[in-house]
Amino acid sequence: MHELLPLLSLGPLGWGDELLVGAWHTALLALATAPFGIVLGLVLALAKDSGEVTLRFLGHALTTIGRGLPELVTLFIVYYGGQAVIRRIGEALGLETAVELSPFLAGIIALGVVFAAYASEVFLGALKALARGPVEAARALGLGPWHSFRFIVAPELFRLSLPGLSNLWLGLLKQTALVSVIAYDELLRASYFASASTHRPLFFYGAACLFYLGLTALSAGVLERMRTALGRGIGAV
Amino acid sequence: MIGLAQGLRRQFQAKRVLGVALSLLLAWGVAWVLWRAGYSLYAEGLGHHLSFLVSGLGMTMLILVLSEAGGLIVAVALVTLRMSRNRVLGAAATGYCYFFRGTPLLAQLYLVYYGAAELRTELDAVGLWGIFRDALPCVLFAFILNTAAYKAEVLLGAIRSVPAGQVEAARALGLKPLALYWKVVLPQAVIVALRPLANETAKMVKASALASIVTVLDLLGVTKVIYADTFDFDIYYVAAVVYLVFIEGLRATVGIIESRLIRHLQVPALAGR
Repeated sequence: MHELLPLLSLGPLGWGDELLVGAWHTALLALATAPFGIVLGLVLALAKDSGEVTLRFLGHALTTIGRGLPELVTLFIVYYGGQAVIRRIGEALGLETAVELSPFLAGIIALGVVFAAYASEVFLGALKALARGPVEAARALGLGPWHSFRFIVAPELFRLSLPGLSNLWLGLLKQTALVSVIAYDELLRASYFASASTHRPLFFYGAACLFYLGLTALSAGVLERMRTALGRGIGAV
Repeated sequence: MIGLAQGLRRQFQAKRVLGVALSLLLAWGVAWVLWRAGYSLYAEGLGHHLSFLVSGLGMTMLILVLSEAGGLIVAVALVTLRMSRNRVLGAAATGYCYFFRGTPLLAQLYLVYYGAAELRTELDAVGLWGIFRDALPCVLFAFILNTAAYKAEVLLGAIRSVPAGQVEAARALGLKPLALYWKVVLPQAVIVALRPLANETAKMVKASALASIVTVLDLLGVTKVIYADTFDFDIYYVAAVVYLVFIEGLRATVGIIESRLIRHLQVPALAGR
């Protein structure tokens, strides 16, 4: 162990700083993906809950596609296929400079779509569990669709969805590892380089796993505080 | 009053227009992907690539069946440990589940695949290097360890969901532990466990694509090779369609099995799912 620990030091001789930057990038990708996934998931859930049959069909179809494809395939299609689409649009517009889809952006889109598909099921469950009374009361008070959603539905919706969304967030943290495959410099890719140049894969992948466990534990703590904060005044424990 | 009616009608129409437009867009997208997928198979010589693709699908299924079977066996062992009175073994099994559920499968796969090479002399000494030299056993090893942790959690939850009164009644009737589990606990636990277990299986179908990262020629691995050969990206759409059909087929099958398992229960909440 005494010969391995210096490998984790910060600075030019150790890989500690590279791993830390990688962990930061992992967290960054997850933090950027979650809001996108939550908003898209909410839109999908509202579509599936809508009275309009075509919107319901659309919501279910998109959920099926988002959940049924391996994340890796979605990622490849977004990254390589998206690249081709952007190039074609660029050609059609007569742009000279090539616009490229960064691995980070591709990761957000691909993981966000998958997140949204699962999140929409969580939101749909919460919408079904929502009491009808307050919504009808809001309508009787003359609140419009937006205000009744913003002040009556949304607070309760997020409280009911938080356990499901928490699970999805923990899954998302782990799925970010996939984006290393399209060369986004996150934690696993940093460990890959470290282990390749030191020939210590067990040590560095083990260290990466500990970093992931740390991120998981950290988010579990934050999510627990959010749960108590959202449960205030409800009498929920 | 008239204003309200008009507003409602306008809103309804806007939704309908939006829904129809987006549905048409989606239908066009799906049709485009299906056409590209079909055309790429046709254009690049159906026979050669088709047999290669089928071999990839076979490999995916092999990985799936072996890791499911192995994972279930390890999961049962884990559940036994966690329910045993031995605190140390129970804590070890809990820690195992925590580690494998808290870290990415890809990191675990790298740990096994690249780690095995580092441990070559040790593995050689016990005669296991011949196994871990190849990518496929490493993949199976990592997948089994990973899915077992999730399955153990599901099984444990399902067993604990059986009311204590059932177990006490069975004991009072003089059932031996094995009969108690086989006749009383498991039949009730299976109903609870089936849906989450099926979700875990669907997750493994998707996770099996990771095998392609460490050179295994599963469905996605084969797709990559064909892509490198032809530079025709459409082959990815073929793979996507096959995965989608596979997983939806699995979901439908589980739905049928579940409705058969709970046909004796008059529980609308369960039967309606």
